[in-house]
Amino acid sequence: MKRFAILFVLALVLMGAFAVQAQDAVELRITWYDDGSEGVVLRDLLDRFEAENSDIRVVVDTVAYNTVLEQLPLQVEAGEGPDMARVTNFDAFKGFYLDMRPLVADAAYWEASFAPAVLAALRTGEEDADAIYGFPNQFTVTGPYINRTLFEQAGIEVPSDSSDAVTWAEWTEAARAVAEATETQYAIAIDRSGHRFAGPAFSEGATFFNEDGSITIDTPGFRSFAETLVGWHTDAITPAEVWIGSGGSYAAAADFFINGQLVMYMSGSWQIGRFSNDIGDTFDWQAVPNPTGEGGSTGMPGGTMMVAFGDTEHPAEVARVMDYLASVDALKEFSERTLFIPAHLGLGELDFQTDVAAAQNALLTFAAEVPKLSEQAYELQFGGQAFAINNPIRDRLTQVLTGELSLDDAIARIQQDVDDALAAAAAG
Amino acid sequence: MATPTTYVPGKRSGSPLKMITDPFEKFFSAIYNGIINVVDWIMHPLQDRVGVRGMAYIFVLPNLLIFGIFILLPMLLNFYYAFTGSTELFPQNRPFVGMENLNTLFTCQNFLDPNSCREDLFWRAVFNTLGYVALQVGTMVVLALITALALNAQIVARGFFRSVFFYPVLLSPVVVAVIWRWILQQDGLLNGIIVSLGGERVSFLTNAGWAQTWVIVISVWAQMGFFTLILLAGLQAIPGEFYEAAQIDGASRWQSFWQVTLPLLMPTMVVVLVLALIRAVQVFDQVFPFTGGGPGTATQYLVQYIYQTGFSNQTKEYGLAAAASLVMAMFLLVLTAIQLRMGRRNEAA
Repeated sequence: MKRFAILFVLALVLMGAFAVQAQDAVELRITWYDDGSEGVVLRDLLDRFEAENSDIRVVVDTVAYNTVLEQLPLQVEAGEGPDMARVTNFDAFKGFYLDMRPLVADAAYWEASFAPAVLAALRTGEEDADAIYGFPNQFTVTGPYINRTLFEQAGIEVPSDSSDAVTWAEWTEAARAVAEATETQYAIAIDRSGHRFAGPAFSEGATFFNEDGSITIDTPGFRSFAETLVGWHTDAITPAEVWIGSGGSYAAAADFFINGQLVMYMSGSWQIGRFSNDIGDTFDWQAVPNPTGEGGSTGMPGGTMMVAFGDTEHPAEVARVMDYLASVDALKEFSERTLFIPAHLGLGELDFQTDVAAAQNALLTFAAEVPKLSEQAYELQFGGQAFAINNPIRDRLTQVLTGELSLDDAIARIQQDVDDALAAAAAG
Repeated sequence: MATPTTYVPGKRSGSPLKMITDPFEKFFSAIYNGIINVVDWIMHPLQDRVGVRGMAYIFVLPNLLIFGIFILLPMLLNFYYAFTGSTELFPQNRPFVGMENLNTLFTCQNFLDPNSCREDLFWRAVFNTLGYVALQVGTMVVLALITALALNAQIVARGFFRSVFFYPVLLSPVVVAVIWRWILQQDGLLNGIIVSLGGERVSFLTNAGWAQTWVIVISVWAQMGFFTLILLAGLQAIPGEFYEAAQIDGASRWQSFWQVTLPLLMPTMVVVLVLALIRAVQVFDQVFPFTGGGPGTATQYLVQYIYQTGFSNQTKEYGLAAAASLVMAMFLLVLTAIQLRMGRRNEAA
């Protein structure tokens, strides 16, 4: 009994000690979403950080990607946001970021390590031209994947094997023929996203940005790829659930590709890690160059940013965490383990941790796509107007697919939506 | 002959106090007395100050506060937001724009053609909502009445069937939506069965007509039990003598239904109809996770339009969303007025 009492008192003392220690540590929160298993890598990195910095504890709140798009901006605006977040919709948080320039250990390192245009994408304008609000922890390029096994089973040559300039029309016909020959459910698909649509549209010759700074949606190139998309749906060679059956949200067609129900899938480099894990060597999958058209062969650049928010109660601690996550060692490990293309300019040679040959090849393919990205594509992604353009394209084109609008009406509505959104943003 | 008990103020009537001997009972009795003493210690001086009549207001104050903070204040704020512009969240940063938001909503060349309206999605949502309300409420009230009549009859396992019909009401709307989505999606259970029987897959969720139909079917399935229960209570309140009299007069069952059941059930039917109408106008929680408003905007209803305009679009137009809420509130007010009028007419009859 006496021994039990001593043990009980000891346990209480230990619990008290831990409680005191836990109280001493500053708790920071990161809102995060996963494309694959990158959350695990982040947690590993943070665990090591916490081991060396016992005064900081970082909690990672993993949410759905749509939550980052739709709910996080509202939380941040209401002053209820996290300390840091992984975001892709940089414009939505402008004015709410934490300027870490005076807080980080070496601001020059940040400026030298990341592309100026990318750091500038978080800034509002002249008044915060040198602010450091975050860093890109992943660079992405959009581009297509094919199920090479299906091509082989169908006995049809992969068009990009013999040509550097395959058009969308040629790819569509090839994928359709493969699907028919192999009785695969769908031939071709593209994620339900204005960002994903924009790359092929630019390749077809679309231009959004005029020299006078205005935006015009209605171009032959835009119409060309919009008609291609409509044709896929009319011919029922694409899964209708992705664009038609997803309401007003972003939707990926990745599951159809992973399950072998799809011959060709237009998505982006961020899928490599997931495909490595989920497909592995079940079938031969391959990233292929972006199709070519009148506007060249371009995908869309993109990526995710780790950003800090100005409402944090612990700016100094946030800057220490960000300094750590933006360091060469942390970003190198993050990229090598997640199979993400790094956005850090000085990581040197990377040793991507995968045994899957398709993943290695896909990384090389997407790396080769970077120099081909068009100016219009960069302008759309980092010019501060993507918030007004991408979603109207996605939602209005869906109305064309369901027969609610004609393509002419849809283009007129997109233009109106874009103009309204930009006017509202300008009015504040 | 029993001795009548007389109430004497300040004295306890009835049996003498029981001696408490159980230690647990003693313990809880002490706690109870302690709480009573504390309440008395607070309330007594309060009553001295505000009087007995004033205490009534003190007792309703907590409810009033909750109503004020969570219902009245948001309503007033919504009203204010409807007449302000900009994308700023906080009211102090929003400029007054008068009727601009309502004008935006009502700028139409032809009100019957959403494509001719400035805010076409609002009008699509209005027409979708009207169609949904008419079909869903009509179907549900008729089915709830038939079910209530069946469950009121002397059938085998009546208790079991009553539970079966009520059970979906207990499910969360999101759960209902997710389960039905699994069943109806392209590779879902229902298509699996159809394909295994040699049929072709049906686009239940990607065809506008099918999606609108299933939205109604599922909401009827999920809500019907609640209204069946109300109608069942109404049916059981009809005295059996009326049916006996009708039977003596030679009325058939069909005639009994039209001449006895339906007139006497009418007050309950009005309640059911109005509750169902209000609920249908506010449809959102089940449909949003089920179809997301699609395909296209085929199942996008008013509340979803308000939610997306105010909260989930990249450009958050709180003023426009608040103006749309006002329009919906007006519609609900009209429905409530009709309910009151019909209720009074029934009382008079």
